[in-house]
Amino acid sequence: MDGIHDMGGMQGWGTVAIDPDEPVFREPWHGRAFAMGAMSMGLSGTNLDAFRHGLERLHPYDYLADGYYGRWLACAETLLVDSGVLAPGAVEARARSLMGETVDEPADVEENKPTYERGGPGSLREIDDEPAFSPGDRVRARDVRTEGHTRMPGYIRGRAGTVHALRPTALLPDTNAHFRGENPQHVYTVEFESAELWGPDAEAAKLRIDLFESYLEAI
Amino acid sequence: MADPTNTKDRLAPAVRAEALESLLAERGLIKSEVLDGFINRFVNDVGPMNGAKAVAKAWTDSDYREHLLADGTGAIKELGFAGPQGEHIVVVENSDDVHNVVVCTLCSCYPWPVLGLPPEWYKDPAYRSRMVREPRTLLSEMGLDLDDSVDVRVWDSSAENRYLVLPQRPDGTDDLSEEELAALVTRDAMVGVAKVSAG
Repeated sequence: MDGIHDMGGMQGWGTVAIDPDEPVFREPWHGRAFAMGAMSMGLSGTNLDAFRHGLERLHPYDYLADGYYGRWLACAETLLVDSGVLAPGAVEARARSLMGETVDEPADVEENKPTYERGGPGSLREIDDEPAFSPGDRVRARDVRTEGHTRMPGYIRGRAGTVHALRPTALLPDTNAHFRGENPQHVYTVEFESAELWGPDAEAAKLRIDLFESYLEAI
Repeated sequence: MADPTNTKDRLAPAVRAEALESLLAERGLIKSEVLDGFINRFVNDVGPMNGAKAVAKAWTDSDYREHLLADGTGAIKELGFAGPQGEHIVVVENSDDVHNVVVCTLCSCYPWPVLGLPPEWYKDPAYRSRMVREPRTLLSEMGLDLDDSVDVRVWDSSAENRYLVLPQRPDGTDDLSEEELAALVTRDAMVGVAKVSAG
């Protein structure tokens, strides 16, 4: 989906400051949100790709307002509510109770975890098909748009590059995020010239990005 | 749907986190001690000191360097480092002519087993948006000026491969032990936004 998460090439975000004394977790809740975010995948019966899609589905304001761990926390809540582990509104009601307000907490709902086959732990898989492309091949990133999850950023769409390397075969996030099968595919690192992506005045650089076979077409 | 930009009604994330933890704990789904253990692991045991060991070993042992560049995951596992966000680690080497830098434009993918959790600047929208589009300008703003002749390679970690930069060993470090070298290697150099200095 074309959302706030797809940041490659956006303009207007200002500069980047490095804090050399940054702690791993700046606030205690950052650590709690990280741990619960990581655990929310198992608790909701989902997976890492569904988690990433959960981040993408947040309202852009929610995505940004409380930073990285703020979106992990909001995403954990989204997945747990989607799966019926928690009722809609349960977290907000509990939070208001904790703040001393008198609120009715919603009744539990029926669990609704996704049912789907997993091909094993992690994302790497074996397949019998031969890779369609080899290092050195010219390829184009397909100009496809989806309402759902994809790992092809918008700035690559329709652009031509050269296969740099073949990587291990992996399940396809586009279907796995929606529990529609793992569809493992070959994965390639593809190199794009900066001018192909950003026009003739682009800074000289090469962009290398990992793309699934179905994202690519031969030139 | 409530307007998420209405900050008047917006709950602080700290209290939301506390609420979520209490709901999950009373359902028996999580234990506070398990969360503590998970957090402590990333605060104390998993961090850039792991990647620094691999870099220092590669600087002092040419066989290991070759192994690290050919099979990052395997060479890093030899040192005892593996786990989530490290299924397939690719190590890319900087030289006088080539500078590698790593970003994740779509989220904030990062090689946890060797670098720990990503720092704030890596997750900053400015870093995620600009590193693929104007890497030289952004690197310069972050304190790293590269000569025009240097070939800049930006790696956008969009699938499950994770990238670690093998920085150049600084001059004047011939007499240092592997352990002393590891102490010089910084997280920022292993992402590619800095060089290692001799101290």
